[in-house]
Amino acid sequence: MINSSLKQLGEMLQAKTISSVELTQSFLDRIKQYNPSINAYIALNEAETLAQAKAADARLANGSAAPLTGIPIAQKDIFCAKGWTTTCGSKMLANFVAPYDAHVISQFDAAGAVNLGKTNMDEFAMGSSNETSYFGGVKNPWDFDRVPGGSSGGSAAAVAARLCAAATGTDTGGSIRQPASLCGFTGLKPTYGVVSRYGMIAFASSLDQAGPMAKSAEDCALMMNVMAGFDERDSTSLNREKEDYTRDLNKPLQGLRIGLPKEFFADGLDANVGKVIETAIAEYKKLGAELVDISLPNTGLSIPVYYVLAPAEASSNLSRYDGVRYGHRAESYTDLMDMYCKSRAEGFGAEVKRRILIGTYVLSAGYYDAYYLKAQQIRRLIAQDFEEAFKHCDVIMGPAAPSTAFKAGEKVDDPVAMYLQDIYTISTNLAGLPGMSVPAGFSNGLPVGLQIIGNYFDEARMLNVAHQYQQVTDWHSRMPEELK
Amino acid sequence: MEWEVVIGLETHTQLQTNTKIFSGASIKYGAEPNTQACEVSLALPGVLPVLNKEAVQCAIKFGLAIDAEIAPRSVFARKNYFYPDLPKGYQISQYELPVVGKGAVTIQVPAVGKNPAYEKVINITRAHLEEDAGKSVHGAVEGMSGIDLNRAGTPLLEIVTEPDMRSAAEAVAYAKKLHELVQWIGICDGNMQEGSFRCDVNVSVRPKGSDKLGTRREIKNLNSFKFMQQAIEYETRWQIGTLEDGGTIQQATVLFNPDTGETRAMRSKEEANDYRYFPDPDLLPLTITEADKAAVQATMPELAGAMKARFETQHGLSAYDANALTTSRELAAYFTATVDAGAEAKQAANWVMGSISAKLNAENQPISASPVSAANLAQLLKRIADNTISNNAAKQVFEVMWVGDSDVDAIIEKLGLKQVSDNGAIEAIIDEVLAANPAMVEEFKAGKEKAFNALVGQAMKASKGKANPAQVNEVLKRKLTG
Amino acid sequence: MALSIEDIKKIAHLARIEVSEQEASATLSKLSGILGLIEQMQAVDTAGIIPMSHSQDLSQRLRDDVISKTNQREAFQAIAPTLNNGSNEPAVADGLYLVPKVIE
Repeated sequence: MINSSLKQLGEMLQAKTISSVELTQSFLDRIKQYNPSINAYIALNEAETLAQAKAADARLANGSAAPLTGIPIAQKDIFCAKGWTTTCGSKMLANFVAPYDAHVISQFDAAGAVNLGKTNMDEFAMGSSNETSYFGGVKNPWDFDRVPGGSSGGSAAAVAARLCAAATGTDTGGSIRQPASLCGFTGLKPTYGVVSRYGMIAFASSLDQAGPMAKSAEDCALMMNVMAGFDERDSTSLNREKEDYTRDLNKPLQGLRIGLPKEFFADGLDANVGKVIETAIAEYKKLGAELVDISLPNTGLSIPVYYVLAPAEASSNLSRYDGVRYGHRAESYTDLMDMYCKSRAEGFGAEVKRRILIGTYVLSAGYYDAYYLKAQQIRRLIAQDFEEAFKHCDVIMGPAAPSTAFKAGEKVDDPVAMYLQDIYTISTNLAGLPGMSVPAGFSNGLPVGLQIIGNYFDEARMLNVAHQYQQVTDWHSRMPEELK
Repeated sequence: MEWEVVIGLETHTQLQTNTKIFSGASIKYGAEPNTQACEVSLALPGVLPVLNKEAVQCAIKFGLAIDAEIAPRSVFARKNYFYPDLPKGYQISQYELPVVGKGAVTIQVPAVGKNPAYEKVINITRAHLEEDAGKSVHGAVEGMSGIDLNRAGTPLLEIVTEPDMRSAAEAVAYAKKLHELVQWIGICDGNMQEGSFRCDVNVSVRPKGSDKLGTRREIKNLNSFKFMQQAIEYETRWQIGTLEDGGTIQQATVLFNPDTGETRAMRSKEEANDYRYFPDPDLLPLTITEADKAAVQATMPELAGAMKARFETQHGLSAYDANALTTSRELAAYFTATVDAGAEAKQAANWVMGSISAKLNAENQPISASPVSAANLAQLLKRIADNTISNNAAKQVFEVMWVGDSDVDAIIEKLGLKQVSDNGAIEAIIDEVLAANPAMVEEFKAGKEKAFNALVGQAMKASKGKANPAQVNEVLKRKLTG
Repeated sequence: MALSIEDIKKIAHLARIEVSEQEASATLSKLSGILGLIEQMQAVDTAGIIPMSHSQDLSQRLRDDVISKTNQREAFQAIAPTLNNGSNEPAVADGLYLVPKVIE
């Protein structure tokens, strides 16, 4: 059952072969068993979760159920959920009980899904290993010595260890796709603006985008049907017609043009990871796809650009955490200035502080043009690279991360090395394009993710491309032996 | 050395909307603390701004009213600084691309002593939309400040002038004109006590004849014209005094203390500000099309300047009168209604600006509070015009009308103020007066014009003031010279 | 552009984050590394390129001026921080959030 797809679970619930309460309880039991070692969840509320399951069973009984009604979903702790502590992985918000629901949370509520708990994450989504969380690191279910990736590390581990049916994540520079790659499951970052950011705690507003983290492309499509949609409370939410993301899953891939950017296969890519990706692409050729060599010449600049823009936005977004209205206030302080400086010094961890300082610096008088403005200009060059590339191909493929999961502690003291984890994912955030990571095999027993990048609003096609691959491979249904 | 003061103003006008600029919370003044502070006003984690349409309309109205460039594309930016009344740690404002660009306001500077009144054009640099901050309340708890965020997020239009003003009088005239204008076009209630219209005044001095600007100090948050006048005058004297004593002026933000009449530098603003402006990623560029402008234009009232010119040509009013009658839309409407109800324009103008304004000013009331309606005033003025009563009698009638009686004819009747216009009766009175005052008649005939007036006075007295003075004049003249 | 300890202190003050001397020097080396990474941008000629703030070239949507929020003070002040400095009381009084005296 823990390996069942969302569609299968839905059918079982509809057929009453299992109740939502039973299904939910079985996941809660697994969480009790494995979470103490994995640390994927940082907030559980069994009573509330089971109450939601009970309500879902009522809906299933009276015939008003939707596709995800009764299915237990793990929510990244970046989404405000009324009555739940919502910490964003930070001491700053360790006691923050959200008084309102994020759009994503209300969408799942409306669909009758069950909130299984809040998952661990890098503090304020800043990190690629989940090691910046105030609540401790998360174990990679495939190897407990290794990191699950980040920032959606808790959701990643929960999906990989089958501690939920599916989970939500957010992706500012790769935070869905890199952990999906490192933990061996399917994750999608939609086109910027497709999922409302309302109630999703901001890291870098112009890049943040929520998306599904699930076992398969089909599961991601069902999750997208719930998460996507216009929300008038988010000015950047796109007012588009509601779409069914499952609609194209079964289309054949004959004639699909796959662009292979040479920059994604250059120095810096682990050779074994590279081989896995090449094998996956060969599989696509068998499915009838055509391979096109393309170039995204400014890929290398995506990291510098990102580490100007994201910290700049973050430094401003995180100014609200001042200890005045909610969140951490310093234990003792002498005056207002002291209260600010101490509350923030105590409430934020080292990486968050670093990024706030970088962001403050690049925006400060005299540096704005050289850093922020320049970065925004190069951001356009990066977006134009994709625009040009999509004239020659339908989707772009390459690795999602340069290596498999690394050991905990390996990069934590070297921010620059950590930042390079996102070399293949960041450029799509800068362009606002959708990207996903699909399990493509293993290297030394650790999962490797194939990245699929689509043009704006091409999520349904990308899901189709991933789904067809998952019909002829079984990488996505593998799970760690010890957790079975 | 002779000095010249150079003044520029930044005015924060609270826009007359129902809700905040970026959220659906009410902006009603005077609510219990933090009861209008919604999740967006409080900057809870994850909340986002969505722009209020009405605030944009107000900005367009203002742009049209001062004949300014209205930006087809403007951008919201974050102004970053920490302050307890600024919940996000940044204020959403407009920086590089404001919604309203260059425009101009024409002001009338009143006469002072021997200096005559004059007109002057004050150039507007820009006007931009932004959100207001909350308020710090002191004294609730010892040693602490209390933060009320009801006002946080209230829509403001900040209107910035060029440093075009050269005296406190000009600055005050501009502020008054702007205050009239924003109320005229209905974008601001103008309530200065409640902080709906607040001025920051930049003051610098320089040797007369110099074209280089001196270092300025900014006087913050002036909320009365009187204080503005006092603050600028004090600040100017202080700056000149400092320079003449060999000192230098440091750029600073200062507060005016109405109790002492002095300005002092703010302690909290001592450190150099670095606001780290950047485009707000939560908001997209604001676009305003020609069609948007046309739609707003269609709702615009006739502007004061146009109405003033019309009053001069259509009603033959003096520039002074026309200007005075167009200081507020309500006053102009009252005047127009009086004329439309049949009163003669010049006389209506005299009465509106004379008796009516005097009464209202004494009670510090707007024209809307006048107990005498325009229609009733017109009725009264018609009774003067048709010779039913004299001007003096009309004043008596007006006093009665002011305390609530509105039937002009009944009041005239009751007070017995009806003029005697019957020629026969007047001739009889005059004959009596001539017979009783032979000495005056002789004086008149000897060329003493004054005697004529004395005889008129006698005749009026004899009629108990009711005789039509014009007729008395005419009959008397005929009898004396005929 | 090489950062100094003084720069770190200045930025930290702007960002209202207390840093000790020791933290400042540790931060200096890490931030210098990150800035080194960022410096790669300077090699790119960006003359004439329009900066990109948003991925979609769209205009701001406008909201109707209708009151949609109700008073939730009680719920919102239930999550106020504790006053601290020896008090476990929430930092609110008479509906106001309490902070150390604001000096103007």
